Amino acid sequence: MQRANDVSDTAPLQPLAISVRGATKRYGPMVVLDNVSLDVQPGEFLTLLGPSGSGKTTLLNIIAGFARPDQGSIFIDGEDVTDTPPHRRGIGIVFQNYALFPHMSVGENVAFSLKARGISRLEIGPKVERALSIVKLGGFGERRIDQLSGGQKQRVALARAIVFQPTLILMDEPLSALDKQLREHMQIEIRALHERLGATTIYVTHDQREALTMSHRVAVLNEARIVQIGTPSEIYNLPANGFVADFIGEGVLAPVTRCDEHSVLLQGLRMVTTQPLPSSGHLVLVMRSEKMRLAKPSDENCIQAVIRKRIFQGESYVLFAEMSDGLKFTIRQPAHADSDGLVPMEGDHATFSLHPDHTVVVRRDGSAMTKNS
Amino acid sequence: MRVRRSEGLLLLPGLLIVGALLMLPLLWLLALSFVNDGAISLVHYKRLIDDPSYIKSFVVTFQIAGTVTALGVLLGYPLCYWMLRLTPLWRGIAMVCVLIPFWTSLLVRTYAWLVLLQRRGLVNSWLQDLGLIHEPLSLMYNVTGTIIGMTQILLPFLVFPLFASMQRVDQDLLRAAAALGASPAFAFRKVFFPLSLPGLMAGALLIFVLSIGYYVTPQLLGGGSTIMVGQLIQRNVELFNSWGAASAVSVALLAIVLGLFWLMNRLVPLDRVFGG
Repeated sequence: MQRANDVSDTAPLQPLAISVRGATKRYGPMVVLDNVSLDVQPGEFLTLLGPSGSGKTTLLNIIAGFARPDQGSIFIDGEDVTDTPPHRRGIGIVFQNYALFPHMSVGENVAFSLKARGISRLEIGPKVERALSIVKLGGFGERRIDQLSGGQKQRVALARAIVFQPTLILMDEPLSALDKQLREHMQIEIRALHERLGATTIYVTHDQREALTMSHRVAVLNEARIVQIGTPSEIYNLPANGFVADFIGEGVLAPVTRCDEHSVLLQGLRMVTTQPLPSSGHLVLVMRSEKMRLAKPSDENCIQAVIRKRIFQGESYVLFAEMSDGLKFTIRQPAHADSDGLVPMEGDHATFSLHPDHTVVVRRDGSAMTKNS
Repeated sequence: MRVRRSEGLLLLPGLLIVGALLMLPLLWLLALSFVNDGAISLVHYKRLIDDPSYIKSFVVTFQIAGTVTALGVLLGYPLCYWMLRLTPLWRGIAMVCVLIPFWTSLLVRTYAWLVLLQRRGLVNSWLQDLGLIHEPLSLMYNVTGTIIGMTQILLPFLVFPLFASMQRVDQDLLRAAAALGASPAFAFRKVFFPLSLPGLMAGALLIFVLSIGYYVTPQLLGGGSTIMVGQLIQRNVELFNSWGAASAVSVALLAIVLGLFWLMNRLVPLDRVFGG
């Protein structure tokens, strides 16, 4: 019963859909957002993923109302809010640096949005306490902000963003200031919180693992545009182009030429694939480290290489391999008693294979081939 | 905090200067105030209480200092707030406009006000030309002149700490306030103003303390009918050659100011005002 109360008191009345239509933003000659359109479903957890300068924060600012697009419109639940000031959009925002009010207590921070809405003192108290207990900070209301740890500040920022039951929550790299362990813990917590509250959530990060961990869908941005939008497995397994393949996951993009409908040539080796092939353009093969394995006799798509380096990383080994014509790639092998003895040593010649289902070929699309120069 | 002996030696010159040039004269002043005709006496302090002109001087001084401080706050706060919103270029220009009078000699500025405020001065002739007044206002040789001059001269002392304090306010906090549903007015009242308050307090305190001991401007613009404490001290030395009386007034002034500091520290801890 307690739980049911929690939800009804902080969950949005009705999660709303967000729609961005053809948003363009320029700062001087720089185009920071180039004709971006995006539809977010009610209750969805969508992540904007991209390197710094890709436009993800600008897109978030436009949705929040801190920046106005030069062209295009923003709709919340079908209503055009392009010219609505931020304080009338009813969006909960968690900032990268928390942006907690340093001159207020934890409780006053959380109560701020309720006071701004003129809600009576009698109602504010229980709502604040409930929001704090949802982020596991029950009883912290009297604390000063400078008495909190980084993780606790993050929780206060979350409580402050959800206490007024926003229909939409935006989070701008909210975990980037936390250490790895706490970050991974908070990722799971934010995900659980989202499942519990059900508010439509747009999350910004440059951390691919975070994006894959948390989201229903991921929108990958690069150079002011959305280059791909899809579920984490779509983004990871079927990248739309060389940039996405390069940005997400570990591995190498190797130039290939189209052979026929189902195969390409990698340095003269024929690689078959069950995945669709792009019909034109400069093609690259996505050689993910963990998709490569020591070839078994029956395997297709075998690649012979010499091991240049073998690094033990705890849960796995990374092998740096080089083909006879100089193409370098990496292989990740799990560290397990069953296979440890099979992991090749430095200087060994070995044959690796790439399953046709994992043989993904994409258009290079001018993205920098930093990993295989 | 522990200081090693060799590091402690570095403090010596500073301590010597403060001790020899500040603490010793202050103690000397304190001693003088209790001496009359070579004998220990409380007559100088008795005069402070008995002589109504002395009390009046103190009251007037605090009234003027209070008014100057209030005017400084009323003028300085909007000025800083406006400067904060300028582009960096215009902000720099505005800052220079505050700095140039600050760098100009106090005497020059006071004489400039004499020119502006006199009966046939620029201010009166403009007001008459605009038809706002028919008779010239008496803007100098009275308390009005003193207050106008002191406010202008002391304003930079408020602007600098206040502007620095406003600049330190994280813009993300104002965005956060807006995102949380605060109208610009609510966000100003609950977030920006409280966070700029330490700078405002520091500036106001500086103006107030400087006003209390002000001498040149009231001497030149005040006309001599109202005497501020600074002038009172000077008169005791120059006119009556009574170092004891001058010392007693000084000690009383110092005591009152320190008392005010203590009181304010109880209300708003000063380390928060000056420490940032």
